[in-house]
Amino acid sequence: MLESYLRARLKEKQLLLMTHIVLGYPTFEDSFKIIEAMVEAGVDLMELQIPFSEPIADGSVILHANQKSLAGGATVKKCIDFAEKVARAFDIPFLFMSYYNILFKYGVDRFLSAMTEVGIQGSIVPDLPPEEGQDYLEAMQKYELSPIFIFSPTTPDERMKYLASFGRSFIYCVARKGVTGAKTSFSEQLDRYLARCRKATDLPLALGFGVKDKADIEFLKGKADIAVIGTQTIRLIDKEGAEAVGGFIKSLRQLPGSS
Amino acid sequence: MIDRGYYGRFGGAYLPEILVATFDELVDTFENAKSDPAFWKEYTDIMSTYSCRPTPLSFAENLTGHFQGARFFIKREDLNHTGAHKANNVMGQGLLVKRMGKSRVIAETGAGQHGVATATMAAKFGFECTIYMGEVDVERQRPNVFWMERLGAEVIPVREGARILKDAINEAFRDWVTNMDTTHYVLGTVCGPHPFPEMVAYFQSIIGKEARRQILEREARLPTRIYACVGGGSNAMGIFSGFFDDPVELVGVEAAGQGLESGQHAARLSSEDASIGVAQGYKTYFLQDNDGQMKETHSVAAGLDYVGVSPILANLKETGRVRFEAATDREVVDAMSLTMQKEGLIPALESAHAFAQAFKEAPTLSKEEIVLINQSGRGDKDIFTVADAFADPKWQEFIKNKAEAYHA
Repeated sequence: MLESYLRARLKEKQLLLMTHIVLGYPTFEDSFKIIEAMVEAGVDLMELQIPFSEPIADGSVILHANQKSLAGGATVKKCIDFAEKVARAFDIPFLFMSYYNILFKYGVDRFLSAMTEVGIQGSIVPDLPPEEGQDYLEAMQKYELSPIFIFSPTTPDERMKYLASFGRSFIYCVARKGVTGAKTSFSEQLDRYLARCRKATDLPLALGFGVKDKADIEFLKGKADIAVIGTQTIRLIDKEGAEAVGGFIKSLRQLPGSS
Repeated sequence: MIDRGYYGRFGGAYLPEILVATFDELVDTFENAKSDPAFWKEYTDIMSTYSCRPTPLSFAENLTGHFQGARFFIKREDLNHTGAHKANNVMGQGLLVKRMGKSRVIAETGAGQHGVATATMAAKFGFECTIYMGEVDVERQRPNVFWMERLGAEVIPVREGARILKDAINEAFRDWVTNMDTTHYVLGTVCGPHPFPEMVAYFQSIIGKEARRQILEREARLPTRIYACVGGGSNAMGIFSGFFDDPVELVGVEAAGQGLESGQHAARLSSEDASIGVAQGYKTYFLQDNDGQMKETHSVAAGLDYVGVSPILANLKETGRVRFEAATDREVVDAMSLTMQKEGLIPALESAHAFAQAFKEAPTLSKEEIVLINQSGRGDKDIFTVADAFADPKWQEFIKNKAEAYHA
């Protein structure tokens, strides 16, 4: 379902836009307003991160957002309830992103069942390789949800194919080594990596980690199918408040020359 | 991914994809080293010439007389270079770093012991070295920070999360996912993703191998019980592993902090407060809430102040092979005091947990029985923490005068 939506969208647009937010950061009210502004600005799909106390794959910006959201009283239950509200209010696909302990403690089957009920279409769990994810993968299949797996530049070709065999709807390609939020150089090297990803799978490719402006988006056209904007919007919220998000997302969408 | 490293239901390798290739390389290097007979010899050679192995087994005659119960023997890991069993693991991993051809090491540290040991190893082998240490621990362990920096390491205070050991581990992982081509992460204990629990236990097994030989040589029989403190669990795994096949009771002692009922503790296996979870790359018992968010822990001993525990020990708890108990901060300080006065030995606050539990139980044993305690580290280098634990007024006066002298 998610994949057919993405493929239909890709017939109209060369590059789709996926954004990421940390639920409950700065508050759940703000989260709702940010999502509203993003959808209005033409975002194609969104990752909703359920905060975790030990987010080892995230850099300091998203880490702080996780901590502040938890300090503000975010719980898994509140995140699921909130997801139900936005999935009902907005007509784009939403995914959950979180670390495995959140699913594990909730009960993997119970968590995925709740996802299905509230209308979340898939999930990204960066610390759950398929080797550890048998329960998760079986339940994803049962509920017809999309498990999104991650390629990295250190992933050998053969392993890319292995990961792709478990993934559905699209593959999340991490642009570089390191955690979220650091600088990525959009270079020939990235080109070659994306070509390697493309060879390993027929699924659409999302490219994330370090995508921050219009130039990066332009670079990715024709190479990836989805550009992922994560840390940059949180940085903007920290600096200019939730209201600045809509304008920023729109600016990424503008045609070259039509400032 | 090659091997998953499960112990019953615990362990595994819950890795972000970016690290999978690095772990495959590490597993490969470790497996090759293990199957190379020259490697263990190289390891024991360096431990006997650069550190103090074999470490002695001391008969604690006065403590034995004091309690009128079992005979006390103490395995002296405090006599290792840098003052704790941490050196065993660090030198072993250093040899693997050389085999992998990497030039930089990073490590987390709580009390600072593992950080100092890693900085020492890096100086000896010529590696660059960065140590991550929670800001709270930097504040309470300044002397160790001083030594790490003098040894040439960069010490980065971690200001995230609870600013203690678990947060230092997270930051070390964040460094590693960026710099894995040149860098090895010298994890300090039998926790984390496979192969760390197995690998660290392998290097620490030198403690149990020696201890078993020593007690048989001296007493011609096995101990009834062995006590070791448990933070991550590496010194406990080290000594216990020498006796797994023997009729010896193994007792792991966790930090009860201000008491198990206070909630201010770090007891994962000896309290009802922990539950199974997955964090920092492995599955074990964690002190966490119902949502899976990690809780703050407490212990007078920074080295035991950790939310998780070795997956190998979690499994040994379930199989019943190891019994787990906890000692409070108060009991620990009293045990340390008694050990100093009776034996002239200064156990680290961490190690004093093992002494405290042995003291509680020794009077119930007969005089023919033997109790073996692992003194995992020495306490004299933690003088600031120990002086605080004793609330020593003369020491406080000295510090005030010292501070004034800096103002002058």
